Amino acid sequence: MRSLIKRTGKLNKSFKRAKRVSALYMIPSVAGVLLFFVLPFLVVIYYSVVNNPVKKEFVFLDNFKAVIANKAFRLAVLNTVKFSVVSVPLVVLLSLMIAVILTADLPGKSRIRSALLSPMMVPIASVILIWQVLFHYNGVVNEFLSRFDVGKIDWFNSDYAQVIIIILFVWKNLGYNMVLFMAALAAVPAELIEVACLEGANKWKIFLHIKVRYMSSSILFVTILSIINSFKVFREIYLLTGDYPYDSLYMLQHYMNNMFRSLDYQRLSAAAILMSLVMIVLIGVLFIIENVFGRDIEG
Amino acid sequence: MRRSIRRIRRTLIRITEKFKRLIFVGVAIFMALVFMIPIIFTICNSFMNESEITANYGQIFEGGRGSGTHFISETVHLKFIPDMVSFKQYHTVLFNSPDYLFKFWNSVILVLPIVIFQLVVALLAAYGFSRYRGKLREIIFFSYIILMMMPYQVTLVPNFLVSNWLNIYNTNWAIWLPGIFSPFAVYLLTKAMRRIPTGIIEAAKIDGANEWVIFRRVCVPSVKGAVASVAILLFIDYWNMVEQPLILLENTDKHPLSVFLSKISTGEIGLAFAVATIYMVPTLLVFLYGEEYLIEGITYQGGVKG
Repeated sequence: MRSLIKRTGKLNKSFKRAKRVSALYMIPSVAGVLLFFVLPFLVVIYYSVVNNPVKKEFVFLDNFKAVIANKAFRLAVLNTVKFSVVSVPLVVLLSLMIAVILTADLPGKSRIRSALLSPMMVPIASVILIWQVLFHYNGVVNEFLSRFDVGKIDWFNSDYAQVIIIILFVWKNLGYNMVLFMAALAAVPAELIEVACLEGANKWKIFLHIKVRYMSSSILFVTILSIINSFKVFREIYLLTGDYPYDSLYMLQHYMNNMFRSLDYQRLSAAAILMSLVMIVLIGVLFIIENVFGRDIEG
Repeated sequence: MRRSIRRIRRTLIRITEKFKRLIFVGVAIFMALVFMIPIIFTICNSFMNESEITANYGQIFEGGRGSGTHFISETVHLKFIPDMVSFKQYHTVLFNSPDYLFKFWNSVILVLPIVIFQLVVALLAAYGFSRYRGKLREIIFFSYIILMMMPYQVTLVPNFLVSNWLNIYNTNWAIWLPGIFSPFAVYLLTKAMRRIPTGIIEAAKIDGANEWVIFRRVCVPSVKGAVASVAILLFIDYWNMVEQPLILLENTDKHPLSVFLSKISTGEIGLAFAVATIYMVPTLLVFLYGEEYLIEGITYQGGVKG
């Protein structure tokens, strides 16, 4: 008995020691994250509520008000929201559809998957040329349309500009999402589908009530990923149109870049905090939806 | 009679099934082709000589004004097969215009340290996160996930501030350091390490292995595949970087080719396709040799709660 206590005491001790030692392994990463992300973010919060970095008078929400009242910021938010609202559901649905098609036994399935995945590998800078060739005022698409007596459109400087970026976005992100969905589809238990088949459920019902619910966490993940990626679309726009794009392509990152250039710390901080809040709320809401929707399946 | 009707019905169903499959295959192949076009196009055009490119796309990149000796066709041709295969573009890029190679080298110098050291830092951290799962660690891990989800618009502001404090603004360190401590690899590798059965680790412990030996001899070898996956994902992501250098590197000489390429189309259009192709070669090679790892890595990412 005593030896047992002694031994558990010893084990406990070694457990604690291992715990402490393994904590050491986290130090580089945690220190780095603290130094490069967390601490400066606290300073960002501080900057967002003072009037300027030299005087440091507390102004509370004034900077936020100024940012929100700013026309350029509003335009940027509006465009970013517009873009995300269209492109995210589009890319999620399309990739889900293709994942479903590809999980059916098709010849050359893996080749097709590779082809659809290849756009994500290619640096955007390498393929902007073809987008320019296609959608330039004198480009191929206009050339093609002119055969049908459709007037030339200056795609990048028109209200259609976002459409092009959406196509580019779908092209780039579809493969990635598709792979995620294919993995999720493969993880749906086959017995469950068999039972549903026996009970006379049709394919559509099986898909909607079993597969989609089983995949709900993947769908959530892909949606979050797509939202994050839709905020990154500045990259494509910058490479295609440079610093000063057409109004409908003016994104949040353009606004931030201008703030960086003018070293306007207050607005920069306020805008960054607003964005992080929006991100956190958005992700939180998605998590809640997923919890409600996929509840009776987990556990 | 009834039997033959049933038979007809059955064959009809079979035919529609087959037809459906055919349509599926058709759609899938069509999509695959459409998706490949931009890449194939860029590669094919890199084998045209300058005058052919100017003739085809001069309307676009030179505003239609003939630049002296070159012929520019009235309409734009989207051409895949060059009239004459020429390596002149490549020759010029590789031997006569060091600017591009220099920018390519910038890309290499910016990306490789991030990939390597983010992996090293992350392997260590992942060990800590997976070895024990106390409350504090769960909180830290959760904040890593939140940080990972923040877009550049948010994270670049802190990065910019730090680079000013540490006096590394406008140096490669301003890109390297935030990159190295990015939480992405930590997240994926932790998930991979948590799948190692505890039995293996306990066994190693009973055999007298200390924490370092367990880490080095048990954990790291078991997540080799995941390391490859993460390396690929990181490489693609950073090879494509645009936002960070634009904000953290004021000096355009230090910019990677991913940023510089966008400026080429207004200048030397003849070279643009070759440079673009050269720039995608590393990622295409990674794709060819590491597709399985890539897919594994993407799959690992799924399931946020895991």
